[in-house]
Amino acid sequence: MAEEKFTAIIVGAGPAGSTAAYLLAQEGLDVLLIERGETPGSKNMFGGRMYSYALNQVIPGFWEEAPLQRPVVKETVSFMSGKRSVSMTCQDQNWLQTPVHSFTLLRAEFDAWLANKAEEAGAMLACGIRVDDVLIESGRVTGVRAGEDEIHADVVIAADGANSLLTERAGLRKALLPGQVATGAKQLIELSADTISQRFQLEDKQGAAYLYVGSCSSGMQGGGFLYTNLDSISLGLVVNVADLQRNQYKINELLEDFKSQPQIAPLIAGGQVAEYSAHLVPEAGFNMRPELFGDGILVVGDAAGFVINLGYQVRGMDLAIASGAAAARTVMQARAGNDFSEQGLSQYPDFLKQNGVWDTMEAYRHTPLFLDTRRLYEAYPQVVTDLAADAFTVDGSPPEHLLGKMMRGVKSSSIKWSQLAGDAWKGGRSL
Amino acid sequence: MKRLNIQQLLAGNKFLVDDEEHHITLHQEICATCSTKPCIFACPAGLYTLKGKHGDALIASDLKEGEISFDDAGCLECGTCRVVCPHSGAIEWQYPRGSFGIIYRYG
Repeated sequence: MAEEKFTAIIVGAGPAGSTAAYLLAQEGLDVLLIERGETPGSKNMFGGRMYSYALNQVIPGFWEEAPLQRPVVKETVSFMSGKRSVSMTCQDQNWLQTPVHSFTLLRAEFDAWLANKAEEAGAMLACGIRVDDVLIESGRVTGVRAGEDEIHADVVIAADGANSLLTERAGLRKALLPGQVATGAKQLIELSADTISQRFQLEDKQGAAYLYVGSCSSGMQGGGFLYTNLDSISLGLVVNVADLQRNQYKINELLEDFKSQPQIAPLIAGGQVAEYSAHLVPEAGFNMRPELFGDGILVVGDAAGFVINLGYQVRGMDLAIASGAAAARTVMQARAGNDFSEQGLSQYPDFLKQNGVWDTMEAYRHTPLFLDTRRLYEAYPQVVTDLAADAFTVDGSPPEHLLGKMMRGVKSSSIKWSQLAGDAWKGGRSL
Repeated sequence: MKRLNIQQLLAGNKFLVDDEEHHITLHQEICATCSTKPCIFACPAGLYTLKGKHGDALIASDLKEGEISFDDAGCLECGTCRVVCPHSGAIEWQYPRGSFGIIYRYG
């Protein structure tokens, strides 16, 4: 292997890496896709849902063959505060029409399938190999080192995830800061398919996605999630690492607390935990992006920080796939001009713009700053749940119209009117 | 559902433990200077524990003076400790050798 030179070496067979490998192999390029797990997907976890549009552009109608769990027809966002919660649910059967809007899925089987597609298209897939470093010759990345092996390529694509050691070694990024990432922890809870459909009021094998904000993260920046798989539930928490650093909460204990909440416990009752997983989540968006390309190297997916969390919407896999596709197009163009220098790869942002990744990241550039507002995780969930509980409570007290209740609710909270106005303005513009 | 502790949670996972090479190395001399030791709380697998002088219950002085005990078997390879550690160089971190470590069957 050491003798051969590839056009592209892709490090990491997650959705971004495998998409890039698939597209490049289809064009007949020599592609090596390296994965440190014994099988693709065996090191990967996520919350639980992928939006379809990006993969549908790469593999049209992918749902006919990909291992997926349930198409999502129901979205719920809940504010939690102590014994109270308020939820908003949106159900839309249009989401089932092709291209099916989004699917819950499990990464072990899904990532293995996508990497296999790349292999079928002609990419060489090497599993069980840890890449230790990039090879740099006169300032230019010329390949990777894995143990004793040095493998050369015209271009290296770093698709090695949120905790990307490769981008650090290549000098494209400084060490991650605690405020830039969150820790996600998840339990995979097995329940029968029928039980899940009944409990979540789902027809056939349709799915639901739940996001939770408030006391589930004990006032820390973060939240909870629940996704229905075919015969299991993905339940977890995501908490910013700077907050984990400041507080002394253990996320596994918080997750157990979350499971015991009256809003959650009946949904998972009788279930069996089949797996406990954890992963870093890039949270700072475009403000944490590394250099996206350099001499002989491109960065895709989580490694590039391509994740969007709006509290009511969490996106990662679609952006990973779209960025992998943009990187593949960049490499094809660089190859046409036989120029893999920084200059030759400099159209990567243009390809990211063409398929929406760039504009998405740019549009939500300021969201992480807004989400760093403490009030979102404690004061607001409390006010909202208090107000709702008040509205639904009948106990013979003197009557009060909704406006009066609202004024009194905000007045008696720790939130100042000026903060409320400011947060509403900022939230409306950044979410 | 019954409340599960971290050992029970990890017991359900599949690991291929590398007996020959550790992928995380602690430099205890740096940890000894750390007064907050956030790794003890932040690691989602609870692999960093403090040898307190007063039994299981941690008290403030333990955080300052206690010695961390650590084993990378059970590591979920998330990288939280690497990011949360306030002292550069205290945690030497790399991914496990190819194929070793956590093997997610679901993910």
